[in-house]
Amino acid sequence: MLTLDLAIANQKYRIAQLNSKLDSAVEQERMRQLFELGFIKGESVILLRRTMPGSDPMVVRVGTSTFALRKAEAQTIGVEMDPT
Amino acid sequence: MTESLIHFHPQGKLVALVGNPNCGKTALFNRLTGGKQHVANYAGVTVERKEGKLNLDNNKTLRVLDLPGTYSLYPRTPDERVTCDVLRGVARGEKKPDQLVCVIDATNLRMSLRFVLAVKRTGIPTIVALNMVDEAKGRGIEIDVSALSKELGLEVVPTVAIARDGDKLLKQSLNKVISKDTSSSALSTNAALGEDAIASSTSHEPEHQLQQIESDHARVQSILQKLGLDEIVFHTGSDRLDSFLLHPVIGPIVLVLILFTVFQAMFTWSTYPMDLIKDLNEFFKNEIINSFSPGWMTSLIVDGVLSGAMGVITFLPQILILFLFILILEESGYLPRAAYLLDRLMGSVGLSGRSFIPLLSSFACAIPGIMAMRTIPNMRDRYVTMLIAPLMTCSARLPVYSLLISAFIPQKTIAGYFELQGLVMFALYIAGIVAALFVAWMLKVLTRSGRQVRPLMMELPRYRWPNPWNVFIGLVQRAVIFIKRVGGNILLLTILIWFLASFPFPIEGQTLQIENTFAGILGGYLSVILGSIGFNWQICISLIPGMVAREVAVSALGTVYSLGAIGEDGISSALAPIISQQWSIATALSLLTWFVFAPQCLSTLAVLKRESGGWRIPLISVTYLFGLAYIFSFIIYRLASYYFQ
Repeated sequence: MLTLDLAIANQKYRIAQLNSKLDSAVEQERMRQLFELGFIKGESVILLRRTMPGSDPMVVRVGTSTFALRKAEAQTIGVEMDPT
Repeated sequence: MTESLIHFHPQGKLVALVGNPNCGKTALFNRLTGGKQHVANYAGVTVERKEGKLNLDNNKTLRVLDLPGTYSLYPRTPDERVTCDVLRGVARGEKKPDQLVCVIDATNLRMSLRFVLAVKRTGIPTIVALNMVDEAKGRGIEIDVSALSKELGLEVVPTVAIARDGDKLLKQSLNKVISKDTSSSALSTNAALGEDAIASSTSHEPEHQLQQIESDHARVQSILQKLGLDEIVFHTGSDRLDSFLLHPVIGPIVLVLILFTVFQAMFTWSTYPMDLIKDLNEFFKNEIINSFSPGWMTSLIVDGVLSGAMGVITFLPQILILFLFILILEESGYLPRAAYLLDRLMGSVGLSGRSFIPLLSSFACAIPGIMAMRTIPNMRDRYVTMLIAPLMTCSARLPVYSLLISAFIPQKTIAGYFELQGLVMFALYIAGIVAALFVAWMLKVLTRSGRQVRPLMMELPRYRWPNPWNVFIGLVQRAVIFIKRVGGNILLLTILIWFLASFPFPIEGQTLQIENTFAGILGGYLSVILGSIGFNWQICISLIPGMVAREVAVSALGTVYSLGAIGEDGISSALAPIISQQWSIATALSLLTWFVFAPQCLSTLAVLKRESGGWRIPLISVTYLFGLAYIFSFIIYRLASYYFQ
């Protein structure tokens, strides 16, 4: 599955799933945090810029909000091309 | 402070403002209460609970509480904990609110409405304040308020927090709700329900919580669809600006230019007001000396109060200029961008960009900086940030730096633009930053927790023009806090130092020899130890009260030296020329270095203890800062003695 960190910049995607191992407490916490910020299945998401060296951190728009995410965080977000 | 406010008007009903960070909640709070609070555009800057009074019709008064912004009702940071505790009615010294105002950003309903649904489940009566409707309209987002109200099952009122009368409709609604006597039985059942809603959300059932968020999200989607608002509208202006300000090359250059401008401005803009305050002070001193007979009372006023405490007031303009810039940067939304740009740098020393804001605040004062660290979710990051915060040059060190720089560094212009004095000041700030990064890096290398990857997930709010009124309120608060400190602790300490430096008071006909006073004796002992880094006994005396508040070191020096001068020829002169004659440049550089690391003031230690929940962090902090201060002052003193011989 394509993850957000590998997405094409400025291309519209939809969140397909959050790839997270719920058995690890750290992963669980991270997933919940992403959820609360609106990284929810079906929501539209755009990778705005990964201009920092090594693409970390990167700027991401989910819904109408903009966030700075670590690469490791973006890697847990599975996306698919928005058909529209 | 909150508890004492409750004590003053406990009978009023309690209204609490809740909302996502950056929704303009604090600005609305300012508007409602006539405003005495710090507002900013950065996620989580509202750390402290703030309370105000709202006067309604019929002489009724409401207590209004501004709760920290949060993305959900699942507490993660101490900040969010406060909000959740208040909503559950278990916060210490605070009763459960009678009414909530849930502030939402009209331009970002997708996120705000999820939060509204969570707030509604608390069971506390809620009014939704649809804030920034003007901005939404400007971007073509038309919201049908009554339809939204019907969908949510809550009253919705449009507000514009930054406009005069932008809160009129909200005030009317609050008036109506409060005058209506809610039947107590209905309230209590609701409250019981709410208890359950939050209790279950804090329980450890990840699956259930995630399902709840997902179903809320679906509900929000359907509401937006019904209102015809599911089209996503971007703020293109912010994106265009970001393509410059977040550019990998241009971005950091702009950041450095901004920071450099701030420090240059602090020096050039403050010259006139500072001279004015100094001249006024001299005028009063001369008036008093000329019109009263000499004696210990005159000495107390002239040498204790005016030379000491008033001398510190001289630095108010510089502190205000620094805060003006910080407030404007906060309000405009630039600060999180700066954090983004610095994330790699911070990451390389084991911290995240989130530590940037608290550290930047520490340039003004470590205390608000340390309190802002509640917004750092990771415990380890919080502790490390606490340890290095005192290395950020706080404004209390400015008086010391200014004095030494004006006495020892010539006023020269280098390369046609840079002032040498400003450059030295800049170098001192950089020295603190480099030391802080080094300490953080050492901690990263030496501890296992330092090498883990930590979350960032920081919101970048859209850019906004800073609201002059909110910036003004912030500045006035800073000035008041500073003057209060000078009038309180600093004045007392100055008088104490004056006492130490004046007694035993000489009998009639004899002149005062400061070496014979208590202070002289005490300083003599200390200078045995600190003589190795070039400190004379006068400096040693001033270091003692400097522990209580750093800027007092300057007023203490003023007191010590002007007393000495009066003993010799009866004229108290400005401090800078005296020390530039009496100290070697090596001593001055050594003292400057000492203050880069200087062990923090007692109030910082008290805050460290409170925020870290124990004595461990403050003890480590004092020990290592003393160590570094001594080692580096020693090196600088030896090098400078050799070089400037």
